[in-house]
Amino acid sequence: MWRANTAVECKAKRGIMKGHQEPRSSSSCAACKFLKRRCTPNCQFAPYFRSDEPKKFAKVHKVFGASNVSKILNEVAEEQREETVNSLVYEAEVRLQDPVYGCIGAIASLQHKMVELQHDLILARARLACYVDQQQRHDSESFFDIDHVNMAPLVDIQEPSAGVVDAFDYNALPFDQFSPFQFP
Amino acid sequence: MNSSRCAACKHLRRRCPSDCIFSPYFPANNPRRFAYVHKIYGASNVGKILQDLPVSRRAEAADSLYYEAYCRIKDPVYGCVGLITILHQQIYDAQCQLARIQAEIAALSSQSQSEVQQYRQDENVGPSFLPDQNGVPNSTSYYDISTWFD
Repeated sequence: MWRANTAVECKAKRGIMKGHQEPRSSSSCAACKFLKRRCTPNCQFAPYFRSDEPKKFAKVHKVFGASNVSKILNEVAEEQREETVNSLVYEAEVRLQDPVYGCIGAIASLQHKMVELQHDLILARARLACYVDQQQRHDSESFFDIDHVNMAPLVDIQEPSAGVVDAFDYNALPFDQFSPFQFP
Repeated sequence: MNSSRCAACKHLRRRCPSDCIFSPYFPANNPRRFAYVHKIYGASNVGKILQDLPVSRRAEAADSLYYEAYCRIKDPVYGCVGLITILHQQIYDAQCQLARIQAEIAALSSQSQSEVQQYRQDENVGPSFLPDQNGVPNSTSYYDISTWFD
């Protein structure tokens, strides 16, 4: 038994003599596990890529690369790094699902939906304006003359009043600051 | 050394082979395009993404990579995900507006129909297309339905 203890002691002494040895982290973050390296206590990735989420880092690394992720994180304030990682993970996931368009495809789809909604809004507001007009004419009449009530379906859509399109201005989208992009 | 290197090979300071995967999509006259993409994704990753795609889709992929890289450089925290969030919010707001307007239309339509029905009950007025005793449509006449069945 004393031999085993001696062996252990020798090992420990060797460790001490080597000098700077930092204790090996017992739980490497997902990034360091993936990169097969030692996870230091001040590992940049550790707060955002927990060891129980290996796929998260794998996706980000596949699209951006660990080095580029590190550079991006260094550029942002510490309190914003978690949000940054979340957005990078999202972008990576979308890019892996759609290698051609990535998030740009999602943006194009959303803009298309927005245009459709805006069209629906214009029609709906015009129809509402007709109803309101009918109601006002009805209220101003002394009797209800059925012959003069416009019961015909709306065929001619009137021009909406100014301000209808203020809910959506394509040019106000922040994307307009970029070069013109022909969406697929 | 190829005298007309593409922007990628110029940036990477290497020879531009004839089958360079970057050259069709990163021309030499737009060095910023590759610089942005390289900064965010790295040339190696971009090359892999393009390599895995059919040739017919690579131009669009290069465009989308460039715009995503541009978004990320402009907004290092959110990148183009910020645009997606804004669009989702705008769509939600527009859907709420549309729902409110449709509810107003439904309410006015219902009110209008109930007023017509109420008027008909009060005045015992039949549909205007029914003729009077002489066969002439007259919506202002008093119609006694009981006489139709004599």
